[in-house]
Amino acid sequence: MNSLPAEERPQPQSPTDLFVSFTLLALQGFGGVMAVVQRELVEKKRWMTREEFIEDWAVAQVMPGPNVVNLSMMIGARSFGFKGAMAALAGMLTAPLILVLLLALVYARFADFPGVAGALRGMGAVAAGLIAATALKLAGALAKNVLGLRLCAVLGALCFAAIALLRWPLVYVLIGLGGTACVLAYQKLKP
Amino acid sequence: MNGALTLVLTVQDWLNLLAHYLMLSLLSVGGAVSTVPDMHRFLVEQQHWLTDAQFNASIALAQASPGPNLLFVAVLGWNVGLNAGGWLTGLLGVALSLMGILVPSTALTYAAAQWGHRNRELRAVRAFKQGLAPIVVALLMATSWIMASANGGHFANWPLWLVTGATAVIVWRSQIHLLWLLAAGALLGGYGLV
Repeated sequence: MNSLPAEERPQPQSPTDLFVSFTLLALQGFGGVMAVVQRELVEKKRWMTREEFIEDWAVAQVMPGPNVVNLSMMIGARSFGFKGAMAALAGMLTAPLILVLLLALVYARFADFPGVAGALRGMGAVAAGLIAATALKLAGALAKNVLGLRLCAVLGALCFAAIALLRWPLVYVLIGLGGTACVLAYQKLKP
Repeated sequence: MNGALTLVLTVQDWLNLLAHYLMLSLLSVGGAVSTVPDMHRFLVEQQHWLTDAQFNASIALAQASPGPNLLFVAVLGWNVGLNAGGWLTGLLGVALSLMGILVPSTALTYAAAQWGHRNRELRAVRAFKQGLAPIVVALLMATSWIMASANGGHFANWPLWLVTGATAVIVWRSQIHLLWLLAAGALLGGYGLV
């Protein structure tokens, strides 16, 4: 092991490691798993850098399908191909699926309990904050972007306004703004 | 649950459910949540397989449970199945709806990601990833904003916005475990403080 270069990056050990890691991630993800994935895989396990995370998240976002499911599959595939993809996917879904169905069975008993709705509201507000924090952390990675910080800020502000304030459909924003950004990046990336 | 339906679903109906979800899967750019309006139209308004209350309760339940948001699809399928009989049809509903919503999109994403990874040095692939980076970060900010406004309604609900803002800064700047913050949010909300 001593012969490894100092900057050798930790990697998932096996498909089982992927399955267990993603199960644990998913079970911590109340109100969305994405913030937990970033925290655990980028900051703690260091399987990927901030830049790689943004790149994979971009693909996960553009393709149809649940983003975090797409992302886990891509991370799994990176290390162990199709087997890894399925292991990560199964880890992300199996335990939470069983849990949510058990919850559905007992739901009727707790739905009328007044504290429950309030607790869910409070957790929802925290979950929104977790995603904002992920965005703030990832924004730091834009410093290395080929578009330059100023252009990134303009594109980001336009995108935020279109989705959050004007509530335009995502598809149009991705095609319009995303397309423009890709063309600009293409021009800046000299062959 | 209040005013549950009693359904008789034929093989044709189950195939119909599967086919509809297979189609929605390919349209679910931006996540499974973006298909909620159409699922409501299909399950509640067109087929009358679920009541409005069941539909909303299914979504709320999945939100409260840990794991990917797409699990609301499984809960919807479960409740359709329960309306059609019992827990066996419930499990059938879960299996068909999850399979429908996942198989087309994951197959497509897997193929695209593999291709993109093999060709990652291509100028077009690099431009695609670099160009989308600022968009993706802004989309996360927008998601957070939309979630916060859904929870808090308008700015009159400033304590909820304060919780969201404080969470964002704490997580951005510290290494505190995320579950502590979720627990704090649940306590604040449960005791009616926010």
